[in-house]
Amino acid sequence: MLEKSKDIQKKQTGEIENVEHTRAARIYRPDVDIIEKNDSILLIADMPGVDEKTLDVTLEKDVLTIYGRVDIDKPENLELIHGEYGTGDYQRTFIISNEINRDGIKATVKNGVLQLLLPKGEVAKTKKIPVQAEK
Amino acid sequence: MLWVRGFDTPFSEFNPWANLLRLEDEMNRVLSGFTFPSVSEFPPVNIWGNEHEAVVTAEIPGIDPKDIEISITGRTLVLSGNREPETIKEDETFHRKERWYGKFTKSIELPFSVDSEKVEAKFSRGILTIKLPRAEADKPKKITVKST
Repeated sequence: MLEKSKDIQKKQTGEIENVEHTRAARIYRPDVDIIEKNDSILLIADMPGVDEKTLDVTLEKDVLTIYGRVDIDKPENLELIHGEYGTGDYQRTFIISNEINRDGIKATVKNGVLQLLLPKGEVAKTKKIPVQAEK
Repeated sequence: MLWVRGFDTPFSEFNPWANLLRLEDEMNRVLSGFTFPSVSEFPPVNIWGNEHEAVVTAEIPGIDPKDIEISITGRTLVLSGNREPETIKEDETFHRKERWYGKFTKSIELPFSVDSEKVEAKFSRGILTIKLPRAEADKPKKITVKST
């Protein structure tokens, strides 16, 4: 098996569509896996520090936005000696296609990982079209 | 550079107070998070400390806390575990695959020896926090000089 590099990087997002944020926190772009299944699309996002209370998933027209708020949890009376990651909020936006059944979207979060299940509507499920022989 | 950004825009009106506020905003933005070299081996850790204790935090989202192994020998803390990859069926495909997965072992050199009996670890929302009190024997001792 090909060994994947262990080096990881927390990416900071650029200004999102010129929207200014009112919180003076950094905004990171969470790493995601998107898996296309037969009847749904599964989106998995790494958002350490986020739970169900601090996570917002919004859908406006075709734009799906995930936003996770992380409060900076600096240990008291201690100084940072070595730092490899920064703390801040998460945001990422996706465009979803028409085939998604908007009413059926489910979001769960566990151990800092968001799972979004986007079911496909009836219309979009793979349909077999019978081919008739021409006489 | 971040500093300069507030001054890019031409000043339509001269308003020193607004510029000052903007500068303050920029300062907050720069100082609010913590700026670090951002590439690191999985999992990324932050180490905090003073002369009595150290706190190590690590971002390991999606792992079961049971699958994290923590061991301490002297001044070395070793974190190891396995983050299982998402398994997919034959008719499923990945559109994006950005999340890191696999086995990891990370050794961290602490600033002092710790009392391994008193180490506490908790895992919440994908973040592991380990409290490491300094070993009594390792603490600096004051030696009084006797005069004869």
